Parts: sequence; C-alpha cells; structure tokens
Amino acid sequence: MITVCRIEELPPGEAVRVTDGLPAPVAVFNAGGALYAIDDTCTHQDASLADGWLEGCFVECPLHAAAFDLRTGLPTCLPAKAPVKTHQVTVEDGFVRLHVTVGEPA
Amino acid sequence: MTTAPTTALTPVPRSITVVGASLAGLSTVRALRAEGYDGALTLVGAEHHLPYDRPPLSKDFLKGTADADSLALGTAEEYDGLGVEWLLGETATRLDPAARTVTLGGGRELRTDAVVVATGATPRRLPGTEGLAGIHTLRTLDDAVALRADLTAGSPRLVVIGAGFIGAEVAATAHALGLRVTVVEAVEVPLERALGREMGLLCAGLHADHGVELLCGTGVAGFTADGGRVTGVQLADGRLLPADVVLVGVGVRPNTDWLAGSGVAVDDGVVCDAGCATKIPNVLAVGDVARVPHPFTGRHARIEHWTNAMEQAATAARTLLSGASTAPRAVPPYFWSHQYGAMIQLAGHVAPGARPRVVEGDLDTRSFVAAYELDGHTTAYLSINQPKLFNRLRRGLTPLLATP
Repeated sequence: MITVCRIEELPPGEAVRVTDGLPAPVAVFNAGGALYAIDDTCTHQDASLADGWLEGCFVECPLHAAAFDLRTGLPTCLPAKAPVKTHQVTVEDGFVRLHVTVGEPA
Repeated sequence: MTTAPTTALTPVPRSITVVGASLAGLSTVRALRAEGYDGALTLVGAEHHLPYDRPPLSKDFLKGTADADSLALGTAEEYDGLGVEWLLGETATRLDPAARTVTLGGGRELRTDAVVVATGATPRRLPGTEGLAGIHTLRTLDDAVALRADLTAGSPRLVVIGAGFIGAEVAATAHALGLRVTVVEAVEVPLERALGREMGLLCAGLHADHGVELLCGTGVAGFTADGGRVTGVQLADGRLLPADVVLVGVGVRPNTDWLAGSGVAVDDGVVCDAGCATKIPNVLAVGDVARVPHPFTGRHARIEHWTNAMEQAATAARTLLSGASTAPRAVPPYFWSHQYGAMIQLAGHVAPGARPRVVEGDLDTRSFVAAYELDGHTTAYLSINQPKLFNRLRRGLTPLLATP
C-alpha cells in the first residue's frame, strides 16, 4: 500500500501521478468525488494519462483521442487497443492510499 | 411537411474499395463497418505490412524503445471481424470510374461501386541522391528500419536536411542515441508556416538547447560520395558538412499519379468538397492525399496530421453511406511532436497575422501554453510540456470565420 497524498490535495477533476515504489507509474483520479487509479501510461503511445482530459468516468489520452474507462481500464475507442491496469484506492484517516494490482490487466 | 429532393443523393454502394492501408484507409474501413455498412470491402495497400502507426517511426521506434509489433494499428481479432479483403503489397495503377474498376500493378482489375483514395504521400527527394547509400527519407516502416540500421552502425555523423517536424524529431532521436547531428534548413525560420515566426524560432531553439547545430537559410548544392556511399553534404554557401548518414525531410508529394486519366481532379492532392467527395460520384479521398476544405480553418489544403486522417475517414464513411456529401463539425486541426523531451502540441489555425501570447508558463523554461490571437479572437493554442492545460483550452477554440 502506498500513501498518495491528503484527500484535500486531490480535489474533483484532478489527477496525480504516482511513481515512487512502483514498477510502472500509476495515475490516481478524483472523478466527481470518486477515486480511481489506473496505470498512467497510455497503451497506445507513451503519454501520461494523469495529464489527460477527465470527463465523467473517462480519461482521454493527452496526445490522442484514445479514452479509458477509469472503472475498468478498458479503452473506449481506437487507437488504444489494450486496457490499462486498474488499481484499488481507499481513503484512510484523510489520506489517499493506493493498493497496486499485481499481474496483467483483466 | 415537404419532401426533401432526393435527386442529389448517390445510391449507397454495394462494394467499396479503399486504396491505401495506413491510418486513413484502415480508419475508413472501420468507420464504414461502424456505421453499419455490410457490403463488400476491399483494402489495397502498397506496403506488405498490416496497418501500423507512423508517428513513432521518427521517435521511439527509431530510438529502439518500441518494436514493430507495438506499432500495429489493429489486432488479428479485430481484422477477422471487419470482413475485409486485404490486398497488401499491391499498388493501384489506374482508376476508371465509368467502368467502376481499379487496376492493380500486376494487371488485375477490381470491380467496385465506390473508391476511397487513401494513397498518402511520398517524401520528396533531392537531386543527386539517387542510388547513393546512406541517404534516407522517412515515411514507412521499411524506411525507419533502414535508417535505424545506418544510425546504429558505429557512431555515424548525421546531417538532417530540413528542420520541419520529421527532421527535428529524427535529429532529436539521433542526439539521444549519442550521435553528432547537424540540421540544415533552407529557410531562415524553421516551422514558420506551421507555427509562425516567433514560435518557429522558439522550437528551432530546442536544437541549440541540446547542442545540436542548426544551420538556417542555406540550401543544399549537392553531395560528396565515396564508393557509392555519401561522405558529405555540400551547402549552397560553399560549406561542406561531413556526413555518414543523411536524412532528407523536405516535405512530401501526394500519391496521385495513378489517378491520371480518371477524370478525378488533382491539384496538390485529390480535390474534394468538405464531405471528402470528388466531383466523380462515389470517388472520395481521405488523409494526406486529400485536399479538403476545412470547416475550422476555412482553408482548402491537404492536412498531413494524424488525427485528420481519422476524422476524414469518418466523414467519408458518412458521405458514402448517406449518399450526400456534408461537412463535418468544425473541429480545430490538431497535431503534436516530440523532440528532445519536449511535447509540442498545436490545435487550431495559425492564421496569417495571428500573434502568439503566452497564457501560462514561460518560454525560457520550455513549458508554456501560448494563444494565437487575431483581432481579439484566439485562433490556436500552442503548448510545450503543458498537455493538461492545453487539452482544456483547445476545447474552447472556435473558428475565426463562420463557415458557409
């Protein structure tokens, strides 16, 4: 488990990229009050999804039109073909905690 | 209620041939199926490869951090579901709209109700480079494989001719590979047409930031060679640049020769209306080869951007299946470039006379967003390393001119 930040530091509509202690960067999103975490790197090309456009439960890659469902990690349209891994996020004592999923995306 | 006239509608074709199997061609096939077209579909591709993504060819693929498999635009599973006849390694040589045929290089004739021209473009070459080893252009996967082989054999000196996006990206990649690179540009300000003078100069500064020499305002007079292999680039001002490898990135020529005699109007690309239709019924064009009036910029010009290929594919599919050619929504054109770790993104139209104003960050840190303004209207945004703000701002862009 990794402590990401205080919950106040991740207001709705924002995202934070987590790299420390991880094999691959993870992006943690606050989508209208619900927290989600997915692998940060777009499966189409090397771009950080934490920099992407957040709309509802979807994040659009900052480079292309590829969008991912934060709940499932599945791409909604091409050019991304492969899902990104999803991870569990909790809030404990006012801190956002990341529980990284090990293994391949579903 | 009155009934709309139907005389202008073209009947929906029962067989469609898409000539060109890159992003534009594949996207057209996908869009046709997504819109419910269930007739015959043929995809003709001059290259032997299945459709692949070209942008990484000058960046991650050339650097060696992405392999050819990772460039695939689709999967075998998807292609199975598309129900397309693939004719790869085949070049279309003739179009006869009256007979409804496309002729292939081997003489085979395809009968088809409709044709979508997605044949792309070919890099321009310079005189005196024919048959000279070590001189490259970069467009295809095979080009990139050959260039990478030359760049990774020993520690060659690279000269890049042309400081446009391809040239700059290759220079940056070669620099990252540890090579000595010199960039030569004929005009005084690189990228001036795409970004305007101030931002063209700024992006040109990225080379100097990383110790890569950029020589502007000088043409290339010729090449020196030894045993059929390039040894140097002779500049018009008399200087000689030693070179083991040369990359020529001086623009492209649309692949329209095969349309000669077809009646399809060609003038720096296939001349289309805003719905990607030519004046010949059921002959359309998409991607780099297509000259389509753009609803955002108002310009009737070819656009060689990645997203444009996908957008025009969707437009062409709608035109074919609705039987009426209509302009799409006015979405600002968008492109990006990665150079020296800087992510450059531009959306909108750098209209003549529009001046950039930094709205976030600052130029010196190479992390900023600039708005191009003309008469108080923002026509475009340019961003370096500020993707998040850029993607928010670009959504607010509106066309300068109301489209008719």
